[in-house]
Amino acid sequence: MTKITSNQVRHVANLARLRVSDEEVQTFTNQLEGLLEHFSAISAIDTKGVQPTSHPIAINNVFRKDVPTPSLSQEQVLSNAPSSEDNRFSVPQILGESE
Amino acid sequence: MTITISKDTQFEAVIGLEVHVELSTATKLFCGCANDFGSDPNTNVCPVCMALPGSLPVLNERVVEFALRIGEALDFDVPTQSVFHRKNYFYPDMPKNFQTSQYDQPICMDGKLEIQTSEGTKVIRIERAHMEEDTGKSTHVGSSGRLHGADYSLVDYNRAGVPLMEIVSRPDISSSQEARAYVSELRAVLKSIDVSDVKMEEGSMRVDANVSVRPVGQEQLGIRAEIKNMNSLRSLGRAVDFEIARQIALVKSGEPVIQETRHWDENAGKTSSMRSKEEANDYRYFPEPDLVPVVPTDDMREMVHSSMPELPAQKRTRLVDDWNISDSDARTLVSNPELYEFVQVAVSIGGTDIAKDATSFAIIEVAGELNEKGLAIDVAPITSENLAQVCTLVANAELSRNQAKTLLGYLVDRGGVVSSLVQELGLKQVSDTGALEAIVDEVLAQYSDDVAQWADADEGKRKKLQGFFMGKCMAQSKGQGNPQIFNSLIESKLGN
Ligand SMILES: [Zn+2]
Repeated sequence: MTKITSNQVRHVANLARLRVSDEEVQTFTNQLEGLLEHFSAISAIDTKGVQPTSHPIAINNVFRKDVPTPSLSQEQVLSNAPSSEDNRFSVPQILGESE
Repeated sequence: MTITISKDTQFEAVIGLEVHVELSTATKLFCGCANDFGSDPNTNVCPVCMALPGSLPVLNERVVEFALRIGEALDFDVPTQSVFHRKNYFYPDMPKNFQTSQYDQPICMDGKLEIQTSEGTKVIRIERAHMEEDTGKSTHVGSSGRLHGADYSLVDYNRAGVPLMEIVSRPDISSSQEARAYVSELRAVLKSIDVSDVKMEEGSMRVDANVSVRPVGQEQLGIRAEIKNMNSLRSLGRAVDFEIARQIALVKSGEPVIQETRHWDENAGKTSSMRSKEEANDYRYFPEPDLVPVVPTDDMREMVHSSMPELPAQKRTRLVDDWNISDSDARTLVSNPELYEFVQVAVSIGGTDIAKDATSFAIIEVAGELNEKGLAIDVAPITSENLAQVCTLVANAELSRNQAKTLLGYLVDRGGVVSSLVQELGLKQVSDTGALEAIVDEVLAQYSDDVAQWADADEGKRKKLQGFFMGKCMAQSKGQGNPQIFNSLIESKLGN
């Protein structure tokens, strides 16, 4: 099994826009290492000839009609927001593009 | 094979287009919130599109139907099963911190679209089309015009969860003209199957262009840049041309092209670098556990197949064949549904014999005039009945083409009844040979000196003389004489 490196942890933290200290990187590297080891038991199972599962329940085509249902009120929508302005969520500065 | 670059090296562009189309459903992709442009901020939002704990998405069946229609119209394969994935990324425009999209099992694969280029018909292959949700709309608050340097942003989630189809072409496009032709034809197709209002200016159709260049003859592709923020066909063309020139200049001067996303600035007329794009695997796609696979049944496929309307290309072929009009006129009609409807009704009244005249009058005299006035055809005073009647008069030689144009000018301006306008304006074409012969005799007698020159005149001179007599005859008849009859009368009287 491949080891998790501290650089991988830094990379993922960067993708998630998380600032992590050197100490935290060490902690997370150890923790993630342990997690992956735990899951590595799955790799031991022989899956030759088994179709990949895209969903644990063997059903498909669950649809709803294209009919509007009530949305929340603006007050409800914004009630959990730490900060809002002009009925919109106020968020910290975004670096780079918004897609 | 490596090609040495010199100042004379010829380059070619390799372009692929990613087109996002907002589907015109009543509700969002996974919840019953209204899919509505222009509502108050955060009024079309619910626990599902906000990803509040415990909420579960349920797929809108209309979106699947629209996707299958797109599949049919663009000649896609629709695999047995398609699956949603989570595309993980961290921007506040998606409250879930991921976008529900499709990855390795999209609903549509391997399609194509035919476009017209200066060298004829070209097939552009389309790699895939997949369903995904749109993001919220963030507005920066700060001094600069871009998000960079903004102090904070305000987010409206009304658009978050609105259904999109992303249609990804293969890099088969080789110029800005072809890019425009592709988007324009794609727009016509999507409009005809009624899945989106496809307005680039309003963002219901968004086009990103992957552009690279390479020396002619080189197999290997150059490094590509992805260009964003073109909001019209014109700006797409300009952005692609700019980017091709920029990359060629870089390569010629020995500098590397960087793989990156670039932002098109319409006012400055140039592209500039954005943050370098995360690698595809950085999105850590994984199957969406809250949604089950989509398995289009035979019934669903058949329903879509049997309800397909006529596609633009089929319509053009039909019009060229049945109405005997030019390909370019057919193109104009098909890309202007209101104008097509206007002519179509006239033809259904007057018969296909008038179709050619009705089309050319409608395009030049009617639409041309209305464009200048900035008026839409469906609210203009002129009616399809008017057009049909004018064309029938022309077909029966009761009205000359020039008279028809005058008459149409009046009708476009203020409408009216064709038969009374013909009287009022004195536009009736006179085809009575006796009456016309009297005019010809009179004119020839009046200009006997010119008639005397006829016998010895060469062909060019004769043509001039004939035109001169013709002009006099038309003037004498106040423009109402049938020009064909005048012509043959003049010819027979002058002899050889
Ligand atoms: Zn919702």
